[in-house]
Amino acid sequence: MTDGSPTQAPPLPVTATGNVPVPHSASGPASAPRRGRVRRLLGWSRHVGAVVLILIVLGAVLAPWLAPYPADGTHATHPLDTLAGPGAQHWFGTDAVGRDLLTRVLYGARTSLTVAAAVLTLSALVGVPLGVVAGYAGGVVRDVIMRITDIFLAFPALLLSVALAAVLQAGTGSAIIAISVGWWPWYARMTCVAATTIRTRGFVDSARCLGVTRTRIVLRHVLPNAVTPVLVQLSLDAGGVILTSAALSYLGLGPQEPTAEWGLMVQQGQDLFITDWWVVAFPGLAILLTAFCFNVLGEGLRSALDPHRELTR
Amino acid sequence: MRPHRDSDGDEDSGTAGIVSGRPRPDRSALTVTDLQVRVGDGDDARLLASLPHLDVRAGACVAIVGESGSGKSTTLHAMLGLTDGLRVSGRIMLGDTDVVSAPEKTLNTLRGARIALISQSPQSSLNPTMRLGTLIRRVLARHGIRGTEVRQRTDDALRDVMLDPDLLRRYPHQISGGQAQRFAIAMAVALRADVVLADEPTSALDVTVQAAVLQLLDRLRAEHGIALVLVSHDLAVVSRIADHIVVMRHGHVVESGPATDVLAAPSADYTGELLAAVPTLGE
Repeated sequence: MTDGSPTQAPPLPVTATGNVPVPHSASGPASAPRRGRVRRLLGWSRHVGAVVLILIVLGAVLAPWLAPYPADGTHATHPLDTLAGPGAQHWFGTDAVGRDLLTRVLYGARTSLTVAAAVLTLSALVGVPLGVVAGYAGGVVRDVIMRITDIFLAFPALLLSVALAAVLQAGTGSAIIAISVGWWPWYARMTCVAATTIRTRGFVDSARCLGVTRTRIVLRHVLPNAVTPVLVQLSLDAGGVILTSAALSYLGLGPQEPTAEWGLMVQQGQDLFITDWWVVAFPGLAILLTAFCFNVLGEGLRSALDPHRELTR
Repeated sequence: MRPHRDSDGDEDSGTAGIVSGRPRPDRSALTVTDLQVRVGDGDDARLLASLPHLDVRAGACVAIVGESGSGKSTTLHAMLGLTDGLRVSGRIMLGDTDVVSAPEKTLNTLRGARIALISQSPQSSLNPTMRLGTLIRRVLARHGIRGTEVRQRTDDALRDVMLDPDLLRRYPHQISGGQAQRFAIAMAVALRADVVLADEPTSALDVTVQAAVLQLLDRLRAEHGIALVLVSHDLAVVSRIADHIVVMRHGHVVESGPATDVLAAPSADYTGELLAAVPTLGE
């Protein structure tokens, strides 16, 4: 607190060389190396996230060869080996019907990643073209497309997915359709906003002045510039799709037994969490880790796709 | 308002022709007759730009000057047939084609190849996701130029505008404003456009680069016989290369005549105000 009267700053000590030592403060020169360390750490986290994600994808693809008990990933049960804790024989333990959890987690990655990839591809294939056309054409075309997306966005995405999955027959395909229906409007809206901005940019005008046709302008000038935020959002959303898929499975509306799926595994183990924690913990950790890695990758992509990154480094 | 002065020095009416200190080429590259650009319909219609007559010959430079909102950029866009949502009447003859009545498909073949625009924001006029080499290659391909001719025309154009071919590997944000403007000019040169419309081509550049770009435009029109239509609010810029000046205000032509006459003895008060606004050393 100051009383409003001018105060005289104490004289700074002068070193033997005559230099005045600069005090360390949060905004002073000392904060620059700290910021540098934080930035380096964040840079490393992106690399680590990408590497872990690659390992998860490899684990999913190579599950039949990597899994210690491949039959447990599909149909086998072992009534005499139920709920064994983590150990040398079963690194992640076994579930209530004696299946090896490491095997189930690896096979579960296949289902979860397939659902994520399918939902995001489907949503992007529907949402991005609609958004680009709406944004570039403007006027009535934009109004019609955007009002349709508004209808879908009016429903909470998860509720819409649950309702649709309940109507459709429970299964992986149904989960993909149910989640996609609630997901594509976000991409349509995001792309429309980007395309609306981009169509007024100078390079679009220049392209028209150079005789480039509207179709080519949309495909080569508007789309590549509008799609960058969508690519980032896709990677950020992958974790969300896995969680939504897990939620559907948890509610009994997603993939069904004996399919290995992380959400389903968590649902089946919820009653055992206090006594046999590993049944829930490992598939839960797999969901957490994958969602986290996708988010980190999304952040990395956002940075990498910034055309001005070389100037801001 | 004092009456307009036409190309022959007669007092009239908004008719503009070309008188130049340079050799006067015979070929007419662009002719505008009774051009009117309006926005809105019926009683709500508002005139944005009106140009009774303009004849731009090959190798000549016509400058359209005026304050913001005077209709000069609208006139320029009308010459390109880019008047979405506006009502255009009159005739704009680019060779044998009337830009006002030509279908979009025809205009797309003319834009770039016959008439090109150099915008006031050089860097934002280049697609940030494309390397410069890709940009020029695709524009040339759009106009049917392929194979070795692409390389030949690109190299020639870059040499004309004094740019290093290494620049083709760069993205627009990796070059300076002056280089971006030179590259935009190079694209027009590579396409061998007859008419180049320059919309405030130096307003986003610093003074030294401004001079270089103006010199470049002046040299190219002399060497290649390009008809140059230069739009600017700055008479100092215009005075350096224009043969003929059209002064616009509130969508109308207030004065039109040979550059030497308009600059030395303006007939309209507004032109006098624009001339008075040109900063001079010591002020």
